[in-house]
Amino acid sequence: MTLLRVADLTVTLATSAGDAEAVRNLSFEIDHGEILGIAGESGSGKTMTALSIIGLLPYKGKATGSIYFDGREILTSSKKEYRDIRGKDIAMIFQDPMTSLHPMLTIETQLTEHLRHHRKVSKGSARQSALELLDTVKIPDPASALKAHAGQFSGGMRQRIAIAMALACDPKLLIADEPTTALDVTVQAGILKLLRQLRSERDLSIMIITHDLGVLSSLTDRIMIMYAGSEAESGTAPDLLLHPRHPYTQGLISALPGVARQGKVLTTIGGSPPELGNFPTGCAFHERCSYAQTSCSLEVPSVLQVSDNHRMFCPINPLAEKSVK
Amino acid sequence: MEPVPVRTFSLRKMFTGTGFFPFIVRRLLTAVLLILGITFIAFSVTQLVPGDPVAANLGQSAYSDPEIVAAFEKEFGLDQPVPIQYITYLGKLVQGDLGVSLSSKRPVAEDLREYFPATLEIAMFAVFVALVLGILLGTISAMTRDRLPDQIIRVFSLTGVSMPVFWTAITAFYIFFFVLGWAPGTGRLEPGAEPPPTVTGLFTIDALLNGDLSTSKEALSYLLLPALVLAVYALGVITRFTRASVLEILGNDYVRTARSKGLSEFTVIRRHVLRPALLSIITIAGVAFASLLAGSVLVENVFSWPGLGQYAYRSAVGLDLPGIMGVSMVVATVFILMNLLVDVLYRVIDPQMRDAG
Repeated sequence: MTLLRVADLTVTLATSAGDAEAVRNLSFEIDHGEILGIAGESGSGKTMTALSIIGLLPYKGKATGSIYFDGREILTSSKKEYRDIRGKDIAMIFQDPMTSLHPMLTIETQLTEHLRHHRKVSKGSARQSALELLDTVKIPDPASALKAHAGQFSGGMRQRIAIAMALACDPKLLIADEPTTALDVTVQAGILKLLRQLRSERDLSIMIITHDLGVLSSLTDRIMIMYAGSEAESGTAPDLLLHPRHPYTQGLISALPGVARQGKVLTTIGGSPPELGNFPTGCAFHERCSYAQTSCSLEVPSVLQVSDNHRMFCPINPLAEKSVK
Repeated sequence: MEPVPVRTFSLRKMFTGTGFFPFIVRRLLTAVLLILGITFIAFSVTQLVPGDPVAANLGQSAYSDPEIVAAFEKEFGLDQPVPIQYITYLGKLVQGDLGVSLSSKRPVAEDLREYFPATLEIAMFAVFVALVLGILLGTISAMTRDRLPDQIIRVFSLTGVSMPVFWTAITAFYIFFFVLGWAPGTGRLEPGAEPPPTVTGLFTIDALLNGDLSTSKEALSYLLLPALVLAVYALGVITRFTRASVLEILGNDYVRTARSKGLSEFTVIRRHVLRPALLSIITIAGVAFASLLAGSVLVENVFSWPGLGQYAYRSAVGLDLPGIMGVSMVVATVFILMNLLVDVLYRVIDPQMRDAG
């Protein structure tokens, strides 16, 4: 069953050079209990997509299209209605746990304030929930952690606390914006394991943004690859990672050190991602694509359904599956 | 025999510890040194200024009589060499004796007790107004960034910091006293009115303590205009600073986190934004309070407010060395206390400072 349906989402940001589209006509869905991974290079619109779902676009940012959450269109809802959804039904954890927790408020305040606001529970029972939450995310000695401040914890512990904060009101959808990027590899594994466990225990839907394909393969059910604010390709995790069809996806995967063959020079995608407000016409990837034809710079690619659960946007629609093994 | 561990008072810990008490002890010790330094500088400066205090304080005929001059110099110790004068001053200072004023011929400490509360009264009122209004307006300004309320507040706060105090004072006095007749006039109370019995020296409070509501109200009505005039500059500074600092905090990740929890905007601002913003606001408030004391010299002269500013002005004109030194001591002490207060507030607001000592 579909929990979140995003249709034709376009996000416009105000830049010094005028308005620029950071996300263009993006459509996707997330089912109940599903983990969707969104991947792409920096500036591909992943974070702006997430922020428009939770209604927190930056100053002067605007989103058009529609976002249906639990069957209800939320993009056009009032500020007040959005505040009632935010933190309660949709929660978010951010990339850098060193800056995303408040440095001056106690962990207890940060863990309980939205619980008390949304659910109108007493201070005592909110505290009890906070203790349980800290236990769930495996913070040792929850009672003394409640009295502490963010500065007294390591990065990994802070991210666990951030996850506990996000879970406080038992949300249906958790948006995780690169939750492991700022952490050590060993700590990353622990966080990913925690997210997997939460999904199965709580029937939580997770939308995880990352540019780490390793995170995608170990955690997600489905993957969407974004490029220059649009979808390039999407499909179930194993299918997309093993049988990528879009030249961009193929490039990303063959640039993985683990996938490239030993003794060979690591392949890279030539050029650099386009800048905001300066996306190429037609297929945005054509300038860096080795298969590009003249038509690629003219026509915006239309969808090609590879299979039931696998689609991509490539206009020349050429290459059968290219082995990257 | 096993040595028994005894919890003793450790003098060393008092100075090196990271707790609140060692912190205060350290700061107070520094304050004493600072005051000593200030006495030296103030004393030197008054000696360097050209001018003869004897000539300034004696009439024409008395000054031409060498016997009177010698007696005057002997009475106030001016016949001694300057280093001796300084040491004598310090010796008396430790005992709380600030000397005798050359112009009023009364002990300086007594003069200060009379004049300082009047200044304290308008200064505290001004700081209170400037802080409350400044934080409120600055926050509104930041939250309505680039929209109409912000534009209006910015124009007013810029005007506030750009107007010289003496000009604001004269203009406000002209408009609210001569033209509109709202302000009751100069001084602290109606001419000839009996001041309330002295407890704190603040007329509004002393009258209340005495159960005399009408005198308290009257004192307040006299206080209002000079205090507001005095507040204008500080209000402008605090408003502008609050706006900048709230805008800066609003850009922090933890504010986005707070918003992602669906808290009301009021809660986000009050709990998550204003607390860190206060850290820089109280710093500037300390500085603004300092400028307030300087401004009081001008404001008090326009409104004939019998406070420290007027006393400082008279002492300076009369080359009244003990008077000048006394005012310097009071102002220095107020500055040091304000800084101490700011540092204590830092530690209250920011837990990281408590950990760092």
